[in-house]
Amino acid sequence: MKYIYDLHKTMLSRNLILVYEGEFTQEITKSVLAMAERNMDSMGEESSIKRKVFNVMVECLQNIVKHSEDFNPLSSKRNAAIFIVGKEDDRYIVTSGNPVDTEAANSLKKRIDEINGLDKEGLKKMYKDIIKTNHLSDKGGAGLGFVDMARKSGQKLEYDFEDMGEGFHFFSITTTVLRF
Amino acid sequence: MEIINLEGTEDTPKILLDKGNGIFEISGRSLPEDSAEFYQPVLDWISAYGEDPNPETSFVFKLEYFNTASSKLILDVLSALEDIEGVSIDWYFHEDDEDMEEAGEEFSELVEIPFDFKTY
Repeated sequence: MKYIYDLHKTMLSRNLILVYEGEFTQEITKSVLAMAERNMDSMGEESSIKRKVFNVMVECLQNIVKHSEDFNPLSSKRNAAIFIVGKEDDRYIVTSGNPVDTEAANSLKKRIDEINGLDKEGLKKMYKDIIKTNHLSDKGGAGLGFVDMARKSGQKLEYDFEDMGEGFHFFSITTTVLRF
Repeated sequence: MEIINLEGTEDTPKILLDKGNGIFEISGRSLPEDSAEFYQPVLDWISAYGEDPNPETSFVFKLEYFNTASSKLILDVLSALEDIEGVSIDWYFHEDDEDMEEAGEEFSELVEIPFDFKTY
């Protein structure tokens, strides 16, 4: 049972205030948001910071919900995502991780690099170009999630792809919201 | 004309569209799972209203949060209103919410409708 204590210590040392692993649906999204919101309220977080963190969490969680539907319901990868919120003295960290295939990994990498290469004005222009021209995808996505996360946070998006074998990668993305 | 009166929930906004009383309002949180489905009745209502609109229409947006899928649909709502004579937008944002203020400014640059910015 030592892993429980280890997990507890990891969460404390990494300042994680919320970790959720498993199935992601809209209902679970709402519960996770409510929990994180209550947590920020109880710590007396400023409303402007709370709104930014909330926005980033929404985009992150709804990304996972939409993309978990790419997998066959019987696949172990369908419900294998993780969502983490960390809080340090000067920042919140919102991270999600989920399996993607190689093709998706390549296009995600390209897209996030492109976003990270833009400044505030560049991001604004990209957002407006996409909202004017794009139609919603079959999954109901507007193709604006990462741009919005970059804009709301004002920070570069950090990402990582870990090889899971069998042509899959574990894609994780971290958005930082500064508290000051 | 029928009235649309939807109570807000934790992930969908309150919507009140009442031609008779001249009240047109979308407020609260908009992060539905399927934003296109959620906003379709609103778009249908506006299209019917456009057949015989009031001389003036002040349409109120008073949103606390919206997700990116909703932002696309908000633009669709604004585009539908753009074709109606006498429409103006009252865009409310919380006084410390620069992101919501900026979102309103961006929408105002994407459609040809007068926007009035107000804090709450």
